[in-house]
Amino acid sequence: MNIHEYQGKEVLQQYGVSVPRGKVAFSAAEAVDAARELGSPVVVVKAQIHAGGRGKAGGVKVAKSLDEVRSYAEELIGKVLVTHQTGPEGKEIKRLLIEEGCDIKKEYYVGVVVDRGTGSVVLMASEEGGTEIEEVAAATPEKIFREVVDPAVGLQPFQARRLAYAINIPKELVNKAAKFMLALYEAFVDKDCSIAEINPLVVTGDGDVIALDAKLNFDSNSLFRHKDILALRDLDEEDEKEIAASKFDLSYIALDGNIGCMVNGAGLAMATMDIIKYYGGEPANFLDVGGGATKEKVTEAFKIILSDPEVKGIFINIFGGIMRCDVIADGVVEAAKQIKLEKPLVVRLEGTNVELGKKILNESGLNIVSADSMADGAKRIVELV
Amino acid sequence: MSILVDKNTKVITQGITGETGLFHTKGALEYGTQMVGGVTPGKGGTDVEITLENGSSVKLPVFNTVNDAVKSTGATASVIYVPPAFAADSIMEAIDAELELVICITEGIPVLDMVKVKRYLEGKKTVLIGPNCPGVITPEACKIGIMPGYIHKAGKVGVVSRSGTLTYEAVHQLTTRGIGQSTAVGIGGDPVKGSEFIDILKLFNEDEGTQAVVMIGEIGGTAEEEAAEWIKANMTKPVVGFIGGATAPPGKRMGHAGAIISGGKGTAAEKIAKLEECGIRVAPTPAEMGATLVAVLEERGVLETFTAG
Repeated sequence: MNIHEYQGKEVLQQYGVSVPRGKVAFSAAEAVDAARELGSPVVVVKAQIHAGGRGKAGGVKVAKSLDEVRSYAEELIGKVLVTHQTGPEGKEIKRLLIEEGCDIKKEYYVGVVVDRGTGSVVLMASEEGGTEIEEVAAATPEKIFREVVDPAVGLQPFQARRLAYAINIPKELVNKAAKFMLALYEAFVDKDCSIAEINPLVVTGDGDVIALDAKLNFDSNSLFRHKDILALRDLDEEDEKEIAASKFDLSYIALDGNIGCMVNGAGLAMATMDIIKYYGGEPANFLDVGGGATKEKVTEAFKIILSDPEVKGIFINIFGGIMRCDVIADGVVEAAKQIKLEKPLVVRLEGTNVELGKKILNESGLNIVSADSMADGAKRIVELV
Repeated sequence: MSILVDKNTKVITQGITGETGLFHTKGALEYGTQMVGGVTPGKGGTDVEITLENGSSVKLPVFNTVNDAVKSTGATASVIYVPPAFAADSIMEAIDAELELVICITEGIPVLDMVKVKRYLEGKKTVLIGPNCPGVITPEACKIGIMPGYIHKAGKVGVVSRSGTLTYEAVHQLTTRGIGQSTAVGIGGDPVKGSEFIDILKLFNEDEGTQAVVMIGEIGGTAEEEAAEWIKANMTKPVVGFIGGATAPPGKRMGHAGAIISGGKGTAAEKIAKLEECGIRVAPTPAEMGATLVAVLEERGVLETFTAG
């Protein structure tokens, strides 16, 4: 789960990570009030959307008066910001972070991630702040330093110091930087983050080490034990269909094509998208209905898939393992009747009682094409849309 | 011959009194697996009675701790169907009891819990499979997990996969072509897990009963690339592969917690290129995993030895 920059900074502050003073604003008037309250000569107006690259896209403005704050805020609120991470459709700005400006001496990068290779939390740092870490990794990998954390003892001060020295933090600020990193690690672990990225971390003219930006992502599997984080979820930032799917324990991701997919199992669901593409079609979504494809789940899945106006046909691909194919076929037929499905539907069933399942589909009186194999099903739906 | 489990493996179920644990314990018994008991804290000293399809009934003792269960039953393996919030604790309890094999089916365990488990596992004798996996099956001998047993057939092909349903798909494609399996292992869809591809490939390489391997990967991480390098350097048996997620958009978690392209890394295209570079034939679609293996075995003139019996 993603949260906004201002929320991330609030979370980090609880752990002693230094951040600039700031306040969220939902309107130009609130922005001016927030700036007045800050009382700093330079104020930064930052668009809050769940995507990076906001600065380059014109979503971050430096204001030197309250009038400037007002005009920037009026310009940004309601504007659709297109960054390299939003896709061409962009994202509408609904919130702003009004923050005190600071005297930046130098920018750095610090990030915390779970490294799959070592199965450990890894702290990364670089002198190349402000640039995306992927770009640094591609161009100058030698400028990225890493510390692998032993989960039994956590990040140790010597590791944080070693990183601070490695990225050439001014020596009088090394201890401050190390303290910053230790606090960041503590927040990461305590809140079950999947990514905590500070880019840039800045050293200021008056000798502070602060997080100028903050990107926190959280492990969805851990949200059951972080109600405070769950409360920060911004549904405006998420796809409506994905929200609806999550309510019914369906795993759904919207794509750009026109063939709706309903599959059991994440791996098979991905592979089904691939085979549609292989035969010249374009999948409209990823959808895993899970192990038990019940009538209720299939009905909800149909509704979600069909709420996408681009969908011209649906391919259901089920490998009935523990679930019997006749039960699944009943569910599909009932659901298709209930929602009065008019678009082409191709169903591939395999597994227990497959013949009985196919019979139910064929005798349903509905316009259902029963496919003999995954490849056959994919070819047929591509022909039909 | 097989890896990890055979007809002598004695298995306990952690979370045996839960609905899922009970359902799949019954499935394992039906298949002929030696289920010897279960663990549910607070229910030690009771029994669960399971009625099989053939009308006979089996009584399994329930224990409060894994240690008690191991002492009383002589179990060497455990399967875990405990809810995600408690699953890491259950895994560590099983490791502490020095079980040879622990298979965790549970999906949705917090990643940082698995980071701790992985650290706890260091230096211990236990092999951990999963979490978020279908389990392990040696056809016609021992089934531990949630896979449908009847699609399998005993034979010489090892199957290892990050995805449950794609494992079934591959096994089904093999069985319908008359090709049996030595053991099928689902290593699971999580980013931090007990066993990786290489761990299982090593076992298959050493197992006389395994003569070829199907490896099924997906987007996210670099485990497939590392496995490909290992295969090129060490594997004496033919391996064919499939990688799911060629059409997956970057930055989106595709169902499995581990199936995500992040920072431009972990794409299907990269993985497929690496596999092919290391001499591993990759099935162009998930419908052709079986056919791809058949083609490779035919070219080597050994197909008949896989379909005999």
